[in-house]
Order: sequence, then C-alpha cells, then structure tokens
Amino acid sequence: MANLVPLYIILPLGAAFLIPLIGRLWGIFSKTITSLVLLLLTGLCIAWLFAGDHEAIVYAVGGWKPVNNIPIGIHLVLDGFSAFMLIVINLITFLSAFYAITYMRKYTAENNFYALVCLMVAGMNGVVLTGDLFNLYVFLEIASIASYALVAFGVEKPELEASFKYQVLGGMASLIILLGVGLLYWTTGTLNIADIAQLLLSYSGNRIIIFIQLLFITGFGLKAAIVPFHAWLPDAHSSAPSPISSMLSGILIKAVGVYVLIRLLFNMFALSYEVALAITTLGVLSMVIGGILAIGQRDYKRLLAYSSISQVGYIVLGVGTGMLVLANNGANEIAALAILGGLFHLINHAVFKGLLFMTAGAVEHATGIRDLNMLGGLARKMPVTSATSFSGSMAISGIPPFSGFFSKLIIIIAAVQAQYYFVAFIAAVISIVTLAYFLKFQKRIFSSEEKTTIDYVREVPLFMQVPMVILALFCVFLSLLIIPDIRDIVLMPAVDVIVNAKNLINPGL
Amino acid sequence: MNGMTSIVKTVTRIVVGVIFIYGVYVITHGHLTPGGGFAGGAIVAGAFILLVLAFGSDVLKLKTKEEGSSVFESLAILLFLILALGGFILGTGIFLNNYFPKGIIGELISAGVIPLYNIAVGIEVAAALFTIFLALVIFKEESS
Amino acid sequence: MIVYLLCFILFLTGLYGVLTKRNIIKIVIGLSIMEFSIFLFLVLVGYIENGIAPIIKEGQQSPVFVDPLPQAMVLTAIVIGLATNAMLLAMAIKIYRKHKTFDVRKINSLKG
Repeated sequence: MANLVPLYIILPLGAAFLIPLIGRLWGIFSKTITSLVLLLLTGLCIAWLFAGDHEAIVYAVGGWKPVNNIPIGIHLVLDGFSAFMLIVINLITFLSAFYAITYMRKYTAENNFYALVCLMVAGMNGVVLTGDLFNLYVFLEIASIASYALVAFGVEKPELEASFKYQVLGGMASLIILLGVGLLYWTTGTLNIADIAQLLLSYSGNRIIIFIQLLFITGFGLKAAIVPFHAWLPDAHSSAPSPISSMLSGILIKAVGVYVLIRLLFNMFALSYEVALAITTLGVLSMVIGGILAIGQRDYKRLLAYSSISQVGYIVLGVGTGMLVLANNGANEIAALAILGGLFHLINHAVFKGLLFMTAGAVEHATGIRDLNMLGGLARKMPVTSATSFSGSMAISGIPPFSGFFSKLIIIIAAVQAQYYFVAFIAAVISIVTLAYFLKFQKRIFSSEEKTTIDYVREVPLFMQVPMVILALFCVFLSLLIIPDIRDIVLMPAVDVIVNAKNLINPGL
Repeated sequence: MNGMTSIVKTVTRIVVGVIFIYGVYVITHGHLTPGGGFAGGAIVAGAFILLVLAFGSDVLKLKTKEEGSSVFESLAILLFLILALGGFILGTGIFLNNYFPKGIIGELISAGVIPLYNIAVGIEVAAALFTIFLALVIFKEESS
Repeated sequence: MIVYLLCFILFLTGLYGVLTKRNIIKIVIGLSIMEFSIFLFLVLVGYIENGIAPIIKEGQQSPVFVDPLPQAMVLTAIVIGLATNAMLLAMAIKIYRKHKTFDVRKINSLKG
C-alpha cells in the first residue's frame, strides 16, 4: 500500500488528459474511464481502512531522504483522517459521475465535463494527501480552477455571472492563503507540515503566528463558505448543473475548506483559546444565518445551497467545541466526542446533500421549472424521486432512524458536556428550523395537489435513479456507524489523529 | 481576420525563426541557466502567435476547430506522466525519481531525467497558450 | 523595511481596482496586480545580505546565495496566476457576447 499512495493523484490526472485525446474517437470512453478510475480509488481506500493497521504512511515523492533530520522534498501522508476524507470524495464523485451519464446529454462538449471532473478529483485528492504547505496551495488551485469551469458549464447568463463572482472571490482567497504560506516560511524556514509543527512548539503566543492563523481562517473560510464569507455560494451552487452542484456542495467545500482548517489548526499550530473561540463563533453564525436565510427562498436549488451553509456551520461548531475543550485542558473524551460528531456530520452531509441535489436535478430534468410556487404534486408521476427525496429531507432534518439524527445528537451532547449550554440550545433550535423548511420543500414539490401546467412529467431514466437509490440507502445505513465496532474502524482513526495532535510523524526522526 | 501591414510581414519573416530557436534554447538549457520549461514554452508560443497575428488567419487557412494544438498538449502531459512513472517501473518504485545517469555539473547532457521533463513541460505550455489564443481570438463561436 | 511597505501599497492598489471599478476587465487587472504584489513579497522573503543569484558557475569559491526556494514557489505561482487569468478572461468574453456590455452593474440578475 505504501507504494500505491501516489496513484490517487496519477490516475485521475492521467484520465483527465487521456479523455480529450481518445474521446474524439470513441464517444463512450470518457464515461467508462471516469467511473472505473473512481471506483478503483474508492475500493483501494476502503481496503486500507478495513485492513486494520492504522499506522500513518509517509511517502517521499522523488525519494529524497531527509538531510540532517531536515526533510527536503514533498511528503504525501496517508493517515486515518486522510483515508476517511478520501472515501467520502471518491465515493460521492463516482455516484455523481454515474448520475451525470444521462443528465449531461443535453449539454454539448460532454468529454470536457468528464475531463474537468477528473481534474477536480485529482486536486481534491492531492489536498487531502499532502504533507507540504506549498503543495497544498498548488492542488487547492487545481481543484478550484476546475470547479470555476464546471460552474459555468452550460453557458447561460446566470451561470456565467455566478461563475465570475465565484472566481473573483476564490482568487482573492487563494492570494490570502499564499500570503499566509509565505509568512509562515519566513518565520520557520521550512514548508513541511510535520516539521513546522515541531518548530512552532517554541513559538507559541508570538503575534505573527496569531496573524498567520487569522489569514488561514479567512482564506480557507472563504473556500468553505463560512459566514461572513458565504456570498458566492448561493449563486454558484444554484446555477451549476445538478451533478456539479452535488459534488461542489457535498465535497469541495469540505475537502478544501473544512479539512484543511482542521488539519492546520489541530496538527500544525499550537491550540490557543482565542482561535478556538473564533472558530466556534463562526460556526454558530453560519448555522443561524444559513438556516434563517433558507426559509424565504423560492428557488429550490437556492434553498439547498443556503442549507449547505447551515450544515457546514454544524460541522465547524462540532470541531470548534472540541478545540475549545482541548485549549482549556479539559477532558480528552469530551473533545473526542465533539470531533466525532463533527466528522460524522461531515460524511452524513456529503451523502444527503448530494442526494438532495440529485433529486432537485431530476425534478429540473423532468419539468424544467425551478420555482417552488409553480410546482406541485409530482409524487404520483415520479415515485422513485419522491421517495429518495423524502429520505434525504428526513435525514438532514434529524429524524431518527436516519443518520442525521445521530450526528446532530452527538454534537449537542458534546456541547452540553463541555458546559456550553447556549450553543447546544441554538443547535437544537436550528435543527427544528431545518425541519420546517425541508417540510415546505417536500410539500411544495411532491405532495400538494397537481398543477395542470406540468402534465408532461415522467420518471427520470435508470442511470439517474440508481445513484439516488444508493444514496438514500446510505442515509439509513450510515446510522450504523454509531455501533462501536464499526465506529472504531471508520471514524475513530480520524478522531485519534486529530486529538492526539503531537503524534504527527516526522520521517527524519 | 486580416493580417497586418507589409512592414510587419517582412520583419516577421525574418524574426519568427530566431524567436523559435531562442525559445528552444531556453527550454533545453533549463538545468544550466535560468528559464526552464515554462518560460521557454511561453517564448515558443509567442513565436506561433506572432505568425498568426502578422499574416492573418485567412492566409494560413486555419481549420474550424483548434484540434491540432490541443492534441499536442494532451500528448505532452501524457509524456510527462509516463516519464514520471518510469521511476516506478524501472527500479525503485518511487514516483518522480531521477533515474537516468547524472553527469557532470555544467554539461548539457547531465542531471538525469530533468531535461526531458523540461522539454515535455515546454511543449505543453506552448501548446496550451496557443490553444487559448486560437479559441478566444480566432475561432469565435457565435452566441446562441 | 520600505520595500515591504511598497509591496503592501501595490496590494492596496489592486484591491482598490477590484472593489471600485465597474468594467470587468479592470476588475481582472486589479486582481492581477494583487497577485503580483504577493509574488514580490515572496521573493523578498528569501533575500540574504550580500547574496548573489543561485546559479552554479565554474570556479567559484562557495559564495553566499540568496534563498532559491521562494523563487521556485513564485515560478509555480506565476503559472497558476496565468491559468486563473485565462479563466477570468474567457468568462469575460462569454459575458460580453451574452450581455453586450462589460458593465458589472448591468449583469446583476441573481438576487436573494
């Protein structure tokens, strides 16, 4: 397995550049190779995770050995947290690419779509696997530029405007991140994350380190659409084609936003109380503002985009509570419980937001309407879409036995145990607000009486139904992750890596 | 699109070969002097773009889609990936390893496989810039 | 010290361009100016007193080089900046063909 780690970057990159070459000759090549590559990568990661041995694998690209215990060259690090993110990324992208086989028929230039999806996956895999700061910036940019092109894929007026706004804001975020990387290099003299973690032990409380942490929170918070940096997300995620929306909302904002924040703030910088308080406040603000702004929306994809902001707020709240407990030298078990809730909500949200965007795409494919006031009563004519959408809505609102209930419960219990009662109360209230607007979503589209203007709807084709059914089944089966045996294999390695922050492997020692 | 005046055409005839050779020099001497793949590739792309701008696309009878340069770009990146995987297969199982014999510092043929990487990156950058130029400036598709 | 201050002034110039100008191309140029100011700052991070350019020549007795790592970082970052600019300009050309104007205030159709 140690030699196969760079495959996560080579295979999607090679596929992305083979597709324009061979796709001219065979029309069907692009779809088959994308699906095969993603399936292979998912299988590889699940096999490693279930093999039981969770030592972190450090792979030195180019074979450069450390000189005088100073690491030179780029290291790729695969540990429990990276493996967890890799499963989420590759699985959801595989299902979205499968869904896109029939959905993208109405666009021209389908080959370019699959090439861009492979590039985006190569970028996200690189962000998750890397152990070097500047390499992180390069892969972050690869994923971001591919997503700018994907948002503007069908070149209509709202898509171009949304993509332009997204690009300008994303470009400024990348600049802020590059400035942070440059300042960190100036302070410590190295770019390797494990090496910086050791050098920063002697620097804590220094003002420039706090400034660098603020720069990183701004830059990566903009990529993760945390309030107050959320202005691009409703436009970009509602104007993109539906498989792209499910990929962007399900994994991109988490893999290049929330993952990097957790990795840098826990494993690289020393924990401080002010930064943890800032993160938790931003999480609570995102939760509240995203939830309240979602109630009055008329366009259902915009409603789903605002609810993404709210749920990412839940994840950041869980992680921030863990950070606060650790910074105050509290009990490790409470911090582990909070971070477990945050990570569990991450995988849950990827599954059910992907599912909800796919069903929204199915409704748009069948009717062509995006306004909630003009739809109604589709449940009779589109039974599979209606049932899977119901499953997704119940999961995101936190109704047992769907998986969303358990993850929100764990976050609230951890907040109560850490004695932040106000935060737990707000989290419960926003959960009820989520239930309110998702019931409105379900009722307006599927349950109320039929409008006569949409007599022509039929059920969507088979290739679009299969991923939706698989994800709806995942919504129920992911609640099994609470059982301690399965939890120890999938979630606890990730939590261990985050909480025991000083065990990051330095291959020179 | 039309070309430019005859002064520009005459100077272009003389100068474009020199620019192209200079670009190839910067690419291949990337391990000895400043420059390398990206800078040399940009100069080579500049030579091609000068040719198209000075003589006009009507005279050069460019086809309706920019297929040729796009194929070059994909082939160059695949060449880079194959060279990088060569270290995987031919030896020690490490990606991006430097597995050709390294010569004496300062000679043209030295430093292992790095000059080949430079050439692949140079072709890729030149093809990419030329494709962008053709797609945005020459082959304008009318909006539907 | 004054060199870093000048980099910051360049950054603020680019920021002024992005925030206040109405023409799309001027917004793109402002973003480019911001990028170049960060690149300048990165190269200046690697400066060592009395250092020369990091190129090995014949017959020199172990001279003091400036730090070459930020220079490699900036080279890669310039290529990424090229890709970002190309993407923005392609988007600007498509917007011009659809809306027949470059004015940002007239393109605002997504609200709420």
